[in-house]
Amino acid sequence: MKILVAIKQVPDTATQVKIAGDGRSIETAGITWIVSPYDEFAVEEALRIKEKRGQGEVVAVTLGPERAKEALRSCLAMGADRAIHVNDPAFNDADTLTTARALAAVVKQEQPGLVLVGRQAIDDDMGAVGGQLAEVLGWPCAYWIMEETIDADGQTVKAARQVEGGLEVFDVPLPAVLAAQKGLNEPRYPTLKGIMGAKKKEIKDVKAGDLGLGADAPQLSITKLEALPPRPPGRIIDGDIATAVKELVRSLREDAKAI
Amino acid sequence: MPHPLFTAEHEMLRRSIRSFVEKEITPHVAAWEDEGRIPLEVWRRLGELGFLGLEFPTEYGGGGADFLASVVLGEEMARCRSGGVAFSVLVHTDMSSPWLTRFGTDAQKAKYLPGIIRGETVCALGITEPGTGSDMAALATRAVRDGHVYRITGGKIFITNGVYGDLYFVAARTGAGTATRRHDGISMFLVERGLPGFTVSRKLDKMGMRASDTAELAFEDCPVPAENLLGVEGRGFQQLAAGLQRERLMAAVLALSGAQQAVDDTVSYLHQRTAFGEPLAARQVLRHRVADMATELEAARQLVYRAASLYAAAEECVTEVSMAKLFATEAANRVAYQAVQLHGGYGYMREFPVEGFFRDVRLWTIASGTSEVMREIIAKRLLT
Ligand SMILES: Cc1cc2nc3c(=O)[nH]c(=O)nc-3n(C[C@H](O)[C@H](O)[C@H](O)COP(=O)(O)OP(=O)(O)OC[C@H]3O[C@@H](n4cnc5c(N)ncnc54)[C@H](O)[C@@H]3O)c2cc1C
Repeated sequence: MKILVAIKQVPDTATQVKIAGDGRSIETAGITWIVSPYDEFAVEEALRIKEKRGQGEVVAVTLGPERAKEALRSCLAMGADRAIHVNDPAFNDADTLTTARALAAVVKQEQPGLVLVGRQAIDDDMGAVGGQLAEVLGWPCAYWIMEETIDADGQTVKAARQVEGGLEVFDVPLPAVLAAQKGLNEPRYPTLKGIMGAKKKEIKDVKAGDLGLGADAPQLSITKLEALPPRPPGRIIDGDIATAVKELVRSLREDAKAI
Repeated sequence: MPHPLFTAEHEMLRRSIRSFVEKEITPHVAAWEDEGRIPLEVWRRLGELGFLGLEFPTEYGGGGADFLASVVLGEEMARCRSGGVAFSVLVHTDMSSPWLTRFGTDAQKAKYLPGIIRGETVCALGITEPGTGSDMAALATRAVRDGHVYRITGGKIFITNGVYGDLYFVAARTGAGTATRRHDGISMFLVERGLPGFTVSRKLDKMGMRASDTAELAFEDCPVPAENLLGVEGRGFQQLAAGLQRERLMAAVLALSGAQQAVDDTVSYLHQRTAFGEPLAARQVLRHRVADMATELEAARQLVYRAASLYAAAEECVTEVSMAKLFATEAANRVAYQAVQLHGGYGYMREFPVEGFFRDVRLWTIASGTSEVMREIIAKRLLT
């Protein structure tokens, strides 16, 4: 089975994000970029499916600027067979729907039996691309996947989703889009052998034109980013218990509006 | 910004080791520090991921990478919050087993390298003796040829991985030196644990590096098969000298990487802690001290990377390596002192990583050749 994994390059979780001068993007200098952790679960699951079935191909795909190649390279080092980089300035301001359409065009060319994505990218936390991609393709889609088993003839997948207090299990006909949740697996670390091997694997650059897409204006664009206001300092209420409790209740009610 | 010394592949390896260390090492180091050893499964896991054989030939299961990949391993292991864990691992990968690839016969390599690379055969280096450390020529352990074996008698001390190790690279005298060539007559042997007459006489208790086990060893007529002579009989010192540059570079790498983390810890602490109405990070006297710490480390890093690039290119580098080891380990100790100082009382508490680093890093101006010995080497090359 051919499996396509859509991944996104995001700032490392430890990054102290700063808003850039334009007020609507973040300062990228000095950022360490990684594969979004939920996408890593998706890559790992694709590799496990291939290993379990003893055959197949895992193709990693991303839409992003030139630096996103590094993220694809990491997927190749983990074991993906090849990669596709939708790399075109026309997509610089892509919103989730534009991204989903571009990925759908890649899916149509590649015709995989399954598409895996992370349940959301940890940078803007939209969590929309997987669902929109399925919609554009007219495929079924299951989110927050914690377990999956594909039947022997590759016709359906049993996918379990985490819900309050248990698992919800779906039988999904293939091809389909599954969105990985933390807990689906423990992603492997790229080994030295994998890293050296990744150098020789193919990363194909594709432009909007190659996908038959034009430069649609995004329907969603960021107009402004604002930092969270700094947390006000804590306050210690002095005095005897009875007065202090009264003051606490008043303050919770009137200042903090918490009760 | 990655240093230009490292390629994209090195940086990918760095990310891989870093996330392994964060997920599978750091959460457990406190327990291992208490136990005074690293669990066997961790050696196996490191082996499984290929981190114990980065540079070893691929035909034995190694990665066939260059020296800078090992530098990356050292830098990332050193960030695990236990100097002892990093030390143990690097003694195995860089301070003992490389002698086997360099001087071993095909049969010796075939026998031992796969296990070393898989983490099933943990290695130790036995040079230092109760009676002599810096002065290697004075070592008194003897190996006497007796038919198919060499019989080894003597004692070794401060041997890292010595308590739980499997394969010991032991230096012993097979002949006398001469007045002008005191270092002649030393040979190296591959000694397996469990040989008759070979015992771990003591597990040593120490100031820092507590997760690495340190042993005193005793050999009494211990019969080591003659085929376990490593390299040429009587040329042990010259062989060791060739490998010491790697060991010293790694000592500098470990000290430096830990010191960088101590500076980072200090910077974030100064932001969090307030005194006299403002964060400590606002105090000019402390800001300047941090500036000095960072500047010193940057200088040390340039020395270490320069020496590492010479070593990686197989160039003559004894002076540069000695300078790098001397400066980087001394600078790391100055940084450790200031890191504790700037943390105040918390810096003296076990729960703050600078406390452990302060104890761990103290080793590095002593082991792998003391600062005084480094100065001797540099001076000898300048003044004769
Ligand atoms: C935790 C730990 C782990 C170790 N692991 C290992 C190991 O795995 N394998 C191993 O073989 N060894 C190991 N060592 C030993 C270490 O390499 C030695 O301690 C070191 O080489 C110094 O030798 P020494 O202790 O005998 O000190 P000495 O050589 O007795 O030196 C004492 C002092 O005199 C100074 N001095 C010595 N000679 C001169 C000189 N010519 N001029 C000026 N000053 C001089 C020294 O610099 C030092 O300050 C370890 C040591 C420690 C503490």
